[in-house]
Amino acid sequence: MTIILLLLLVSLTVAACGLGFFLWSLRAGQYDDLDGAASRILFDEDATPRPSNASPGH
Amino acid sequence: MSASLTIPLAATALVCAHCGLPAPHGRQFCCPGCAAAHDIIEGLGLGRYYQQRLLVAGTRALRPDAGERWDLARHIVATPDGAKALTLAVDGVQCGACVWLIESVLAREPSVLVGRVNMTTRRLRLVWSGAPEDADRLVGRIEALGYRLVPFDVSALAATQDRTGRMLMRCLAVAGFAAGNVMLISIGIWAGQGGVIDPIGPATLALLHWVSALIAMPAIAYAGRPFFASALAALRQRRTNMDVPISLGVLLVTGMSLVETINGGAHTYFDSAVTLLFFLLVGRVLDHRARGQARATAEQLLALRATDVAVVQPDGTLRRCGQEQVAEGEHVLVATGERIGVDGVLERGSGMLDTSLVTGESLPTKAEPGTTVYAGTLNLGATLTVRATATGAATLLAECVRLIEAAETRRGRFVVLADRVARRYAPTVHLCALLTFLGWYFGAGVPAGQALLTASAVLIITCPCALALAVPAVQVIATGRLFRGGMLLKSATALERLASVDTVVFDKTGTLTEPLLALMDDPDPADLHLAATLAASSRHPLARSLVAAAGVVVPAEGVVEYPGQGLVLATASGEIRLGSRAFCGRPDNPATGPEMWLARPGRTTVRFGFDERVRADAKETIGRLRAMGLTLKLISGDRPEQVRRIADTLRIDHWQAECSPVDKVSLVESLRSAGHNVLMVGDGMNDSPALAAASVSASPATAADVSQTVADLVFQGTKLQPVPIALRTARQAQAVMRQNLALSIGYNIVMVPLAIAGWVTPWLAAAAMSSSSLLVMANSLRLHRGTTR
Repeated sequence: MTIILLLLLVSLTVAACGLGFFLWSLRAGQYDDLDGAASRILFDEDATPRPSNASPGH
Repeated sequence: MSASLTIPLAATALVCAHCGLPAPHGRQFCCPGCAAAHDIIEGLGLGRYYQQRLLVAGTRALRPDAGERWDLARHIVATPDGAKALTLAVDGVQCGACVWLIESVLAREPSVLVGRVNMTTRRLRLVWSGAPEDADRLVGRIEALGYRLVPFDVSALAATQDRTGRMLMRCLAVAGFAAGNVMLISIGIWAGQGGVIDPIGPATLALLHWVSALIAMPAIAYAGRPFFASALAALRQRRTNMDVPISLGVLLVTGMSLVETINGGAHTYFDSAVTLLFFLLVGRVLDHRARGQARATAEQLLALRATDVAVVQPDGTLRRCGQEQVAEGEHVLVATGERIGVDGVLERGSGMLDTSLVTGESLPTKAEPGTTVYAGTLNLGATLTVRATATGAATLLAECVRLIEAAETRRGRFVVLADRVARRYAPTVHLCALLTFLGWYFGAGVPAGQALLTASAVLIITCPCALALAVPAVQVIATGRLFRGGMLLKSATALERLASVDTVVFDKTGTLTEPLLALMDDPDPADLHLAATLAASSRHPLARSLVAAAGVVVPAEGVVEYPGQGLVLATASGEIRLGSRAFCGRPDNPATGPEMWLARPGRTTVRFGFDERVRADAKETIGRLRAMGLTLKLISGDRPEQVRRIADTLRIDHWQAECSPVDKVSLVESLRSAGHNVLMVGDGMNDSPALAAASVSASPATAADVSQTVADLVFQGTKLQPVPIALRTARQAQAVMRQNLALSIGYNIVMVPLAIAGWVTPWLAAAAMSSSSLLVMANSLRLHRGTTR
């Protein structure tokens, strides 16, 4: 009986974490651009703005 | 500007190293703009772009084009933390490399906080700190690379769509969570009850049931909202839809299971209830996503075509602003090759106007000061000044919108197949459950509780999971298939309406014929090629048609354009001129139609005549539609001789010319009242009321804004072929929908007697429900194999 309670608790907690992460990623807009996400990984250089010490002369 | 940077050898071939269009022999670039763009990219150390990109045929080439200037200021939104934000539609994004290039260029601007391209929606979100005026410079940076950026205000409808989509996703997540966990517990219970493991004691069973209830009930309350809301809305209007039996089933099952749990009974059906919701939500989310994508693309098409209007200020300067911001009496400047942005009266300037998108007239008409002109008309002559007249209810557009609204009211509501089935299905199954209860209670004399339990089992088995998936599953796949073929299905019910079409009514100008005038005569190839090298540097519609007719053309350098007159190229042997009759020094006898002349030193002048031309595949398409057993009709606002010529070419027997928008509506409505299901295909503003009146409507992507908004289906590209493809796909989809409905009703016929007999246990219910849903989905997937030809 106790072991069932423990198992239930553990499995529900794990699943709830999964649900939480999914809802978080949904709110963070991770599903808004699935095509873009698929091709972004092909470019290793980080295209997001950096501190302005990046040297332009390349 | 020279490009002295290192360029891969392969790029020195016949195409421009930047945009991929043909370049002059021995040159790396087709034009100075491309050379400059290449310099910028190499200068920023982003040359990798050229190796990693994939040029997609059919998308806009990356040739910088300093055509338009936007009044960006009115689209800028201030963010809460004091920065400025702007959303722009991007034209020319071909692959991930373009996204990377745009973002990398913006990342090198110190003031830019966010510069992110959404590749799915092709939109750029730009957030920067500093002055709002900085927007022009930042946008200019990207435009210099060859992309076209158009300010894009997210519509209220799109925002609601987005919210609904996220809400459905959250519901799906919660339902998935609950379904997984409740099923996990249920399998334990079934194993115990079925003797697979040691029997479960009553205390453990009660615990497991309570845990299931605690997971399932909040989840159902949360994830069931889309269904409950829709069912309530239908009931309030005294209608019924598929969501009514779903909601009723889910709620009854849950309530009954709760009672069982409290009473310490052996069977609960929480697992069935949440799994049902989960499956249904999968269908809803996919459906929403597929149509959302089609709608977003349609919006994007419209946004990319929007133009700003140049208003002449009292002090003579120009102010660029949106069409809706032009006040009555203000003067608007319309350059050659531009579309007039407002309804008004021509004040200064005269010339030929192409009104095909407004009135359906195929040949340009002459306009003089005092002529009334409509928004959407293309200026083929020199620069015009138009005095804006009432922008309110008196315009042609407002008249069309009124007709559209009237037609839509008369059209009535279309009841989708699923709801037609639900109308009969819901009362039948509920009666069945009632009879089961009465039969067991009075007939067999069992206790009320047990009779109720058996009756509930009937409700669970008949809960229309497969039935509710039968239609959306097919629609998702069909909509996706059409989307990949460049056909944007905007309406949820359009697919079903398309399937029953028996009459197709075509507009002529811009629908059966190409949207722009085409070169008619068969000129000497050498002359045509020479003319095209000049024409390539002009944005004039006739010049563009000339270039299109010539095929691969390398623009000549040093061409000077005299707006509204023509083009001049100075060569060693003298001037080459391309343009109007007068410009090329021909005697001034009247023109016999839209034309261009080519004058060269020491050679006779050559005339290029233009006329409307049927789309390349129109004949084949019409033949195919006829072979599908459809009645074809042609209605046009154009002159009878033009309409007859096209009708004869395409062998369409029923045609009608000189139709006003009202005539078109009444023709479509008389066909409908005679019992025909009419597909209207049209592009002009004058077609829009008829589009709204038809059973279902389609517009090419070149259509007037109002027509495109009204149409259920928007097709891209230069071909007419999408019309039969869409019709055939809809018919196939309808067939699969019917199969699905038959499958799920067949499942009910097998399972309901078992439920009435009281033999259905929770595991059997869950297994039957899931397998029937999966069967229906698998059957729908067969549509995927269909060809898109």
